[in-house]
Amino acid sequence: MLVPLSYYLILSAVLFTVGVVGMLVRKNPLVMFMSIELMLNSANLAFVAFARNFGSVDGQLIAFFIMTVAAAEVVVGLAIISSIFRIRPNIDVDEVSSLKG
Amino acid sequence: MEIAYFLLLSLSAVALAVAVIASRNTVHSALLLVGNLFCIALLYLSLAAEFLAVVQVTVYAGAIMVLFLFVITMLNPSNEEGPNRILNRLPAAVILSLVLLVAISLVLRAGVAAPIAAMAAVSANNVEAVGAALFTQYLLPFELTSLLLLVAMVAAIVLAKRRI
Repeated sequence: MLVPLSYYLILSAVLFTVGVVGMLVRKNPLVMFMSIELMLNSANLAFVAFARNFGSVDGQLIAFFIMTVAAAEVVVGLAIISSIFRIRPNIDVDEVSSLKG
Repeated sequence: MEIAYFLLLSLSAVALAVAVIASRNTVHSALLLVGNLFCIALLYLSLAAEFLAVVQVTVYAGAIMVLFLFVITMLNPSNEEGPNRILNRLPAAVILSLVLLVAISLVLRAGVAAPIAAMAAVSANNVEAVGAALFTQYLLPFELTSLLLLVAMVAAIVLAKRRI
């Protein structure tokens, strides 16, 4: 008895929502990045669940590419956070507002 | 049996995810996220995606989260301000997120009607099937992601240097 597709999709939606709450509530940019990773993983899970459901491997490949893009994004984002931290000691996103008009 | 496996993994994944965003210590959040990624890798195993499960553990939990921990250790941020700041924004965030969850659930329930019987067409060897599709049908995205990784590498080095 296979687990129905909708179970995986509901789990994906719940994980995505947890990631959204994390982005909205936290102000430490590293934890906000982790919430982005949660959202990306929930999308990956939805893709792989659909791949199993339709019997093709395309969803798994798209999830693979999403993983690659997430890796590149994390690298660049953490480099940006490191260079901000080099200038100012406080990296809360509410404080990094010198561009605000 | 499979539903019990799925329920156990999904409950632990959701609990770990909530703990990631609720923990006040950044290192704890990173380690809890590693646990969450491992739960999702086990879910990939139940979806007959063995290659992706191993890649998830190797790349996501093994490389990306290690990079996170490097940066957390290097920056050593102070723990967040007390719960007051978070609690101020929590009700609005939870309400908006519940609206989002309901919207996603409505969309997903409306569009999902395909049968599971199509699974018989999947090749027995998942790695072989992924490889066959990756290097024939998805060759262009594959080459483009290699270019993307090169760009990300150069960007990280340029951003992290002391003087350009």
